[in-house]
Amino acid sequence: MKRNRLISILNNRGIIEAISLSLTIILWELVSNFIVRNPGKLPSPYSILLAFCDIWEIIPLDIGISLLHFGIGIGAGAAMGIIVGMLMGWFRIVDRIMDPMVEILRPIPPLAWVPFAILWGGLTHYAAGFIVFIGAFFPILINTYTGFREVDKTYIDAARVLGCREEWKLIKFIALPFSLPSIATGIRIGMGVGWMCVVAAELFGVSKSGLGYRLFQVFWPLHMIDKLILYMIILGLVALLLDRLFRYFVEEKLFKWKRGIVIAK
Amino acid sequence: MNYKLEVRNVTKAYISEEGEIKALEDINLDVKPGEFLCIIGPSGCGKTTLLRMIAGLEYPTSGEIILDGKEVKGPSPDRGMVFQEFSLFPWRTVLKNVEFGLQMRNIKSKERHAIAERYIELVGLRGFEKHYPYELSGGMKQRVAIARALATEPSILLMDEPFGSVDAQTRNILQEELLQIWKRTKKTIIFVTHSVDEAVYLADRVVVMSARPGRIVECIDIDIERPRKRTSVEANVIREQLLRKLITEHKKVGLI
Repeated sequence: MKRNRLISILNNRGIIEAISLSLTIILWELVSNFIVRNPGKLPSPYSILLAFCDIWEIIPLDIGISLLHFGIGIGAGAAMGIIVGMLMGWFRIVDRIMDPMVEILRPIPPLAWVPFAILWGGLTHYAAGFIVFIGAFFPILINTYTGFREVDKTYIDAARVLGCREEWKLIKFIALPFSLPSIATGIRIGMGVGWMCVVAAELFGVSKSGLGYRLFQVFWPLHMIDKLILYMIILGLVALLLDRLFRYFVEEKLFKWKRGIVIAK
Repeated sequence: MNYKLEVRNVTKAYISEEGEIKALEDINLDVKPGEFLCIIGPSGCGKTTLLRMIAGLEYPTSGEIILDGKEVKGPSPDRGMVFQEFSLFPWRTVLKNVEFGLQMRNIKSKERHAIAERYIELVGLRGFEKHYPYELSGGMKQRVAIARALATEPSILLMDEPFGSVDAQTRNILQEELLQIWKRTKKTIIFVTHSVDEAVYLADRVVVMSARPGRIVECIDIDIERPRKRTSVEANVIREQLLRKLITEHKKVGLI
């Protein structure tokens, strides 16, 4: 009986995860203190906590700036990606006109645009946002396009028989709702790529603040490795939070009709 | 007499890699108002194509299709259609699916709500208004599809093997319900099927088609009194007659 109860407690969501996380932190603390013994190479979790207490006041601003860059890029990327993807997916002629440009521009890594971002935008939030835009635009475009291409012909026929004749109506009432899960997947991937681009854009000097900028600053010239790791963890946590929020919003609110399609559980 | 629907010398040809393929050749058909017509034939005989042309989803290569004295020139809500595949919009609830055609006509939300409720009740799905299609069984989905097709009050209902993918029991029940709806609404129904049993149970008249190219080989009136019994002697006689005809057609194109 006792054994069974123990197992059922362990099966509760979160228990095993919490134990695993705690053990990792303890192990890290031990390795850092007794094996590496060099805070310049591997600071201990405790010293990172101290670093957090030391500088926590400036962290919200850095997060805010990075989210601003992220927001500009994702907003523009989603707007452009969805519009172009819809047009390319629905109209064969637009597909053929746009395809060569998309295929040539798409493989260029977003970071290759850093010099142009600075040339065009200077050291502004828009320049950083532009890099995020490049990173987010293509996944959103491709997923929207795919969604529109895969619209079941039966739905189109059914809609037409029911009096839905104009192209824009077919897009609005059939193709768009049909493609929403695919578009959401595109935005989610775009957000992942976009977050990487935030760090890179700020780190490469497109901006003078933000998490990515600070991350590199504390490494060079300040060489504060504890703060470096602190910023890495914050970068990870913010991205995790963004993704969870998006998933919550999308799965719970938007896709009651198709549970689990956006993210396989 | 005035026919509800007239199909005049309709031919449909497709261009493929092997050249022109004739799907339908010289189809002539008159349908009376309120008639329940079944079209039956081997697969590939173009019966679905014929139905889609009546719906206005495809166009004849030559010939014309006349509904209520006017030539069919594209889809329109005066012809309701129920598809073989599940065609409910999965992102819409049962209610919103049934409302779709009314929404396209810009009927106010309150009014279309009331109309949709009436048709949901007609197909016996009251209480399921808020459900999404994935929560429904195959038979229920097709009932919603029928309600959706009827909601715009079409004068003719086109059905393309609507019960092909539901189990035999459900199928029998759906057939009975369809006859009830037909009796109550007095719609003209054109029903495509590959099941002889289904045709004999439902139809006033059965059109038998041949394959490649699709032609009408025979029209058989089913003069069995309604309500019909599936196992009656008269039904069996007609079934036998139809089966023989179909087997001949199958043999001709080498399907058997």
